[in-house]
Amino acid sequence: MRHLIDILELSVNELDELISTACDIIENGEKYAHKCAGKKLATLFFEPSTRTRLSFEAAMYELGGNVLTMADAGSSSAAKGESVADTAKMISCYADIIAMRHPKEGAPLVAANNATIPVINAGDGGHHHPTQTLADLLTIHREKGRFNDLTIGLCGDLKFGRTVHSLIGAMTRYKHIKFVLISPEELRVPDYVKNIITDAGHEFIETTSLEESMPMLDILYMTRVQRERFFNEEEYLRLKDSYILNVEKLNNAKEDLVIMHPLPRVNEISVAVDNDKRACYFKQALYGKYMRMALILKLLGIK
Amino acid sequence: MNIDSIKNGFVIDHIKAGKGMEIYRLLKLKKLSCPVAMIMNAQSFKMGKKDVIKIDSDINLNLDILGYVDPDITVNVIKDSVIVEKKKLELPEKMTDIIFCKNPRCISSTEQELSHVFTLADRGRRIYRCIYCDAEA
Ligand SMILES: [Zn+2]
Repeated sequence: MRHLIDILELSVNELDELISTACDIIENGEKYAHKCAGKKLATLFFEPSTRTRLSFEAAMYELGGNVLTMADAGSSSAAKGESVADTAKMISCYADIIAMRHPKEGAPLVAANNATIPVINAGDGGHHHPTQTLADLLTIHREKGRFNDLTIGLCGDLKFGRTVHSLIGAMTRYKHIKFVLISPEELRVPDYVKNIITDAGHEFIETTSLEESMPMLDILYMTRVQRERFFNEEEYLRLKDSYILNVEKLNNAKEDLVIMHPLPRVNEISVAVDNDKRACYFKQALYGKYMRMALILKLLGIK
Repeated sequence: MNIDSIKNGFVIDHIKAGKGMEIYRLLKLKKLSCPVAMIMNAQSFKMGKKDVIKIDSDINLNLDILGYVDPDITVNVIKDSVIVEKKKLELPEKMTDIIFCKNPRCISSTEQELSHVFTLADRGRRIYRCIYCDAEA
């Protein structure tokens, strides 16, 4: 039985398969409307993340399946002292597949080791969030049409941003990728992630300037710079505007730039950018649903 | 016990000076009822100073622990007062409940009776990572 805890558990071939299933779902949705009839997805969210939970639930409904939800799992089972292992064994009696979000790193792995049904990691603290990366990859595939020969700008909090680290890990498996790492000094990509890039034979540039990087980018992946990551308020106020994407900063960007963001956005992309045809972050959320559908089918072994 | 002569057991030799107590603790030698000798800062031709541990009993010695602490340690197996075997140590691929994850955000910090498992992530740099949270040991 397969689970999905970390995106790198999927081979490049398996990712290709998932992407082609997702594309087929986009084009021939009706074919999939009853694929999961009689199956149940349990969404166990030990910390709130309404967007991710709704995306999983929408995915299962579109496959004709049903959903059991434990939206406030954190205040029910864990509060009563139930272990993750016991919760996983118990839910295995009721459902066919689990999507689990948990504030503790590694909790979905503990669930997978104890469940008798597939477990999908829907985010474990600041650690992994593989279905976000699946959404990111389908966005790149649909909007750029390729995974090779891309210059990818990653902007914002690159130190703590787990979606950034996972995306880098996944993209290093393709050819001729150049990463432009745009962040304040304090929030640079950790060394081990830089090692992943260079070990795979790719290049990266580190810079603090979004504007200067803009002309070379094929993809711009924005993330939020959070106030609490800074040592003092002054630094935060001084820096925050340079990492906000607005219409002016897009003036010298490529015509076919793809702008991505894992959402929720706070203020790091100004609303005016939404009208630009290069803004893909809402499509990205939609692609996330299609990839979750493809993943559920794969893990349930449904063709 | 004459610390020079072990009848049946082990001599753990060429331990870096100062590391002896760590090994004593990790191997849980305190729990043994047989004679155990800890020799610290012994003269060594190769190393200058070294620690040596002698165990006068044919216990089930966890070589993974020794390999993890230092694969250059020598383990001599003694039978009837003679060295019958020198064990070769290697960095273990996986360690269960030998070292413990210190990451407070790791599930191992709260989940009851969960084994702490580390796997060898980088042999060259001797880096072990927690299987749950990837924290470095
Ligand atoms: Zn851990």
